[in-house]
Amino acid sequence: MAKRVAIVGTGQTFHKSHRPDVNGQELINEAVQRALRDAGLTIGDIDAIVIGNMDHFEGINYVDCWSVDGAGGFMKPVLKITTGGTTGCTIAIGGYHLVASGMYDKVLVIGWEKNSESDTSGAITTAFDPIWDRLVFAGAISGLAAEAQAYMARYGATDRDAARVSVRDRKHALNNPHAQLRKEVSIEEVLASPMLADPIHLLDICPRTDGACAVVMANEDSAEKLCENPDWIWGTGNRHSYAYIGDADMGRLTSMERTAREIFKKAGIREPRKEINVIELYQPYSFAGIIWIEDMGIVPPGKGAEYIWSGATDMGGELPVNPSGGVISCNPIGATGLVRCAEAAMQVMGNAEGRQVPNVNFAVSTGFGGCWWTDMILHGKKKPNY
Amino acid sequence: MESGDAAQPFDYAVGMHGSKFFKELRDNKKIMGIRCPKCGKVYVPPRGVCGPCFQEMSEFVEVGPGGYIGTYTILRFAFIDPETGHQKPVPYGYGFIKFDGADTLFQHYIDIEDEKKVKIGARVEPVFAAERKGTIKDIQYFRVVD
Ligand SMILES: [Zn+2]
Repeated sequence: MAKRVAIVGTGQTFHKSHRPDVNGQELINEAVQRALRDAGLTIGDIDAIVIGNMDHFEGINYVDCWSVDGAGGFMKPVLKITTGGTTGCTIAIGGYHLVASGMYDKVLVIGWEKNSESDTSGAITTAFDPIWDRLVFAGAISGLAAEAQAYMARYGATDRDAARVSVRDRKHALNNPHAQLRKEVSIEEVLASPMLADPIHLLDICPRTDGACAVVMANEDSAEKLCENPDWIWGTGNRHSYAYIGDADMGRLTSMERTAREIFKKAGIREPRKEINVIELYQPYSFAGIIWIEDMGIVPPGKGAEYIWSGATDMGGELPVNPSGGVISCNPIGATGLVRCAEAAMQVMGNAEGRQVPNVNFAVSTGFGGCWWTDMILHGKKKPNY
Repeated sequence: MESGDAAQPFDYAVGMHGSKFFKELRDNKKIMGIRCPKCGKVYVPPRGVCGPCFQEMSEFVEVGPGGYIGTYTILRFAFIDPETGHQKPVPYGYGFIKFDGADTLFQHYIDIEDEKKVKIGARVEPVFAAERKGTIKDIQYFRVVD
């Protein structure tokens, strides 16, 4: 039987588009020191480390080796996991498994990125098949644009609907001192911003960010001693769906649908819209805010836009999404999924400060990767009942 | 890989199924897919295994060359093409083509001379290169046919 696992501390850097004041190790160390302090631990208490970023984004690889000093990994087991856009969520899932297995009591999970130090679009493009995928591919934006077109054609949604999502997340970011972009925008401003790839405007999409995030996970034996309100991990899951980009079911995120179904069933959640209190969605662009809440089972297919317009996903609404401001306000890619996890944990622990949603019983955090795969974590206030 | 005057010796195996695709494209202007014996799905590009069924595939089928736009976008932002090191000429049409007889989408350039015609469901046909070399560029682009 697996051990129950909880998050007992989180730490983030102050994210900026460019952090020339620190190198990679020092950036990582900022987040690590904060997470350890939050958990009331020293590095000596940590049994193992899981670390990840986007491969070759910084033009340097093997982060598990060269970051040892900053990560606190000297003479400890250090594992690197890197899964593209989902990296931040996958390292959290990896850390969960290490603790749940009983192999380690306390594990430190670290995601980081210095996007300013390379060509992100070029690096993303080389992650795809050189023969079949690269001729026309233009980094993350091109594939997402094709997804949005397919969804709009199927359900009659518009770029105005998407702009409403962008307005929401950029407003939420005002409450988050760790968000990179903190400026309110109007629907008209989103629609008037330059068209990057039809139908995606500049203000629909995420920025590139330098930053790091760290999370401390502990097993049941020590979690409650370390933390008054630990964030219990109820379930984790991930699904992969395709080989080449043209295989994907454009306009639907099938991997999200399957992952959510598995996790909610395991936790006994029948009505996710009512039972989940907050979602930190890995939403790299505004259209995903409509499409993927349908795939998660929050609302039926085609009803995402209506739900967004009702204000239900705003702060104070039925089910706030991205109180942190989300990915379109801050995107240190290898850390981005772990920021979602940390923000969801803070919501459950009740220490999300100005962006706190009241009385969070269940929270969901997700990760998304450019090949239409999904990672997901269900966080809860109570201990899992299995 | 070539970039301006520079060349780098990268090799990448496209496999026997991909090789068949490029030979037929070069020699006969034919588009080849492959059918799964279990689910019947026809994949372009052809490959050895149907992922969902985890079933070996060997039945090549000719698809297209006509089809329709499954989805698309028009790229308008400047970026460096990592294949060449040069800025990609924008705007360009990025089409996901559903060949007649295929079940997956095939990515390629799509002619955007008349942007109004570029939409999901529009009929398209490939424009072949005069001199074909057995690469993806043997198709220059797809154009919308009324
Ligand atoms: Zn099959």
